[in-house]
Amino acid sequence: MSTFSAIGEEREIDRDEYTPSVEPQPTWCPGCGDFSVLKALKQALPEVGRSPEETLLCTGIGCSGKLNSYLDTYGFHTIHGRSLPVARAAKLANPDLEVIAAGGDGDGYGIGGNHFIHTARENHDMTYIVFNNEIFGLTKGQTSPTSPKGHKSKTQPHGSAKEPLKPLSLSLNAGASYVARTAAVNPNQAKEIIIEAIEHDGFAHVDFLTQCPTWNKDARQYVPYIDVQESEEYDFDPTDKVEAAEMMRETEEALHEGKVLTGRYYVDEDRPSYGQEKRAIGEMPEEPLAERYWDDEYEWERSHDQFLDKHA
Amino acid sequence: MTDDELIWRISGGSGDGIASTSQNFAKALMRSGLNVFTHRHYPSRIRGGHTYTEVRASADPVRSRGDGYNFLLALGDSFARNPQEEAVYGNEEIKPLSENLDELREGGVIVYDEGLLDTAEIPNFDERVEENDWHVYPLDLRGLARDMGREVMRNTAGVGATCALTGMDLEHVEDLMRDAMPEKILDPNLEILETAYDQVREEYDVDAPDVSVPTGEHEETQLLMSGSDAIAYGAIDEGCRFIAGYPMTPWTEVFTIMTQNLPELGGISEQVEDEIAAAALAVGASHAGVKAMSGSSGGGFALMSEPLGLAEMTETPLVLVEAMRAGPSTGMPTKPEQSDLEHVLYTSQGDSQRVVLAPGTVEEAYEQSRLAFRLAYEYQIPTILLYDQKLGGELLNVPKSHFDREPNPTLGKTLSEDALADEPHSADGKFHRFQHDVDDGVSPRSIPGQKGGRFLATGNEHDPTGHIAESPDNRVAQIDRRGQKLDAIRADLDTVDTGSYAGPEDAQYGILTFGSQQGTVEEAVGRLNDAGISVKSYGVSDMLPFPTEQVEAFVESVDEVLVVEMTASGQFRGLVQKNLGRYGEKLSSLLKYNGNPFEPAEIVDGFEAAIIEGDGDASGHQTTFVPAAGD
Repeated sequence: MSTFSAIGEEREIDRDEYTPSVEPQPTWCPGCGDFSVLKALKQALPEVGRSPEETLLCTGIGCSGKLNSYLDTYGFHTIHGRSLPVARAAKLANPDLEVIAAGGDGDGYGIGGNHFIHTARENHDMTYIVFNNEIFGLTKGQTSPTSPKGHKSKTQPHGSAKEPLKPLSLSLNAGASYVARTAAVNPNQAKEIIIEAIEHDGFAHVDFLTQCPTWNKDARQYVPYIDVQESEEYDFDPTDKVEAAEMMRETEEALHEGKVLTGRYYVDEDRPSYGQEKRAIGEMPEEPLAERYWDDEYEWERSHDQFLDKHA
Repeated sequence: MTDDELIWRISGGSGDGIASTSQNFAKALMRSGLNVFTHRHYPSRIRGGHTYTEVRASADPVRSRGDGYNFLLALGDSFARNPQEEAVYGNEEIKPLSENLDELREGGVIVYDEGLLDTAEIPNFDERVEENDWHVYPLDLRGLARDMGREVMRNTAGVGATCALTGMDLEHVEDLMRDAMPEKILDPNLEILETAYDQVREEYDVDAPDVSVPTGEHEETQLLMSGSDAIAYGAIDEGCRFIAGYPMTPWTEVFTIMTQNLPELGGISEQVEDEIAAAALAVGASHAGVKAMSGSSGGGFALMSEPLGLAEMTETPLVLVEAMRAGPSTGMPTKPEQSDLEHVLYTSQGDSQRVVLAPGTVEEAYEQSRLAFRLAYEYQIPTILLYDQKLGGELLNVPKSHFDREPNPTLGKTLSEDALADEPHSADGKFHRFQHDVDDGVSPRSIPGQKGGRFLATGNEHDPTGHIAESPDNRVAQIDRRGQKLDAIRADLDTVDTGSYAGPEDAQYGILTFGSQQGTVEEAVGRLNDAGISVKSYGVSDMLPFPTEQVEAFVESVDEVLVVEMTASGQFRGLVQKNLGRYGEKLSSLLKYNGNPFEPAEIVDGFEAAIIEGDGDASGHQTTFVPAAGD
């Protein structure tokens, strides 16, 4: 057997393989949008041919972080806001892994916002799914970075004085090379977008609108939604950064006016991923670094032979 | 203080090349057969500001900066601020000379650049010269450099003058310049060096130097190394091929050395957005099967608390280095202190487990950097290498043979796919990564991508598969198992013996210290014994798990113990008492926290005042004595 024989294995993958036996039934609230993310992933992964043992799913903390308990792959349930730095290092250490990161809007756009900006900027080859329900759910309903202005909660009793963060525009400006928004109520589109995101060579950011029926009752259930690619009302080129930016602006303004726009907003297939950039300047090995530790033939370098003479 | 040593201080402005000039000079002395030690003093400033480096050279081993110095080369400060009336920083232009006079020994030499410095600006200069029997050589170093090359080459002229006045041959200095300098600047520099050398020899009678360079001989090839070099090379030899970091003084040195060397080794270095990310990246890379490290200094390390706890809980091997500087908060960024000890021992929530090692010398820095990786990977636990600006930045000669060791890239208890097949799994195929009953508390791990190895790593308490679990039985089993590792590591460390002992075994008194003060303490112990005071020292490196038995035996064997450390609150003494649980009446403290490391004389005088005279009043030193409990 080779070191990582799960990687690249040719076989049929059944979506049931991703269902753990310990906790097959998620504990999310009835009607929660998070179920749709789980379902989309279970559909998308077999379709792109990535098995549970060649996939590393890194999550943050929150209702969304429970995804690791319900999707049976190699998993790293990290700490609040830090799924991205853990995930991108794993990808650098072993680029053959399928690395997916996921978290909520508080996790990714709030406490982990700095990591989000820089991971997008660097264009790491990975998928990042943000469960955006515009609320803190696990801590029982506090205002989040994407909650609309005026949103009332226990921590904002007079209504939020803050404008909500605009995740799509932020992502584009930070440097993500694939930016999409989908909604839990639109499972077919969600599956397609997740497949595209996984297959994209670069940082693919999916803002996934996941309604919270328990703590965000005033929010719409994100229906009716409009797919900007399918609707005749919208015509823009997602490979054009300027047109994408304008469409994002319109989408993010429309959300709080009762109009749920979804679809692919920006797709840049030409930009090299971070791994490719690093290799091009000679700062990353061609072979996955993780393989080397299992190579009995490899002659490990010593500082004594390589670096010490300049100190003599 | 001995006469058969040169302690050469080169002073000038920050940004004037003082560090590189002194490094080359130290190397030349080393190549001539001497033992050398350098001490850097520099401000946290971009350009300008008083800075100096001392190079101590002797035929005998040198393990500290020594006391004072005996040769001053005072250059100008190119970036000195123009003094305005009542400016707090005063006249900076004269500081390379004026700021350095207090520590110059009697009979010492002053060479100063008369093109830039005017002794008339220093109050009572002539009287002080006479009083201290200093030998003063005003030389127009700037003018000479300008005439033959460029003004910045005045450092070279100063080195040439130094060689002439101390009777040192130019050969080694010239060889080094040929090694280090690009051709374009090499020729004018060589010319300046030789001209300065000749001019001084012509102008002054140098046949009987005021202070001369000793002669010595090395039996084997020596290297001029810093603690930062040693830590980086230790990591490389232990198979570390991934580092993530964010710049912060003084940790930046290790980060830079690793970053510059890793591409050649097919490794990866990542400069990232903050220290939270840096530590989290190291966790991610290690989880994916690569030997990885990160590190920082005080404030940056504070940001790493949470990823540190994550590594502890998920049992992801991780090495962090913490380069201490004077705190709290931003503190004094370029000044050494040891006051992050408690921070590093206790940061992060819960009953967390980690290993903390504090090497005392450059040699130990290399060994313990390797040891940190071995322990981290064998026991799946974060290991922190704790050092400071002093150990990281000072240079000394170490035999090259010290580093002639085999590499060790092994990942510790990590299973191959074949071995994984024989390990316990759940019915759905999930690997039991966190088994309850395993030797030494270490449950073997798998790496993502391996067939039959999938599990969940989580910061939540978890069952053997990694699944989040809060049942009382599982909780107790897991926390007890993780705790067991520290006992196993203590037993392991007992066979390594990282401690350093000096002085007679049956001594009447003892000195305890940790980390970078070890060399200075050992020099002081030698002097105290020469003066007829029976004292021995123990430099402790294992901060956690603590070598309680060894320290207890040491304390038990003497009448009284002085604990020497660079903290204001006696953190190391507190750690000793916490682990020993008694002996409070036997332990007193000698503390220093003014931004400068101890000199051996401060420990000698402090010891005599504290232990022999008993009042602790070591006048003339900026050290603090804290008596034993009940005194």
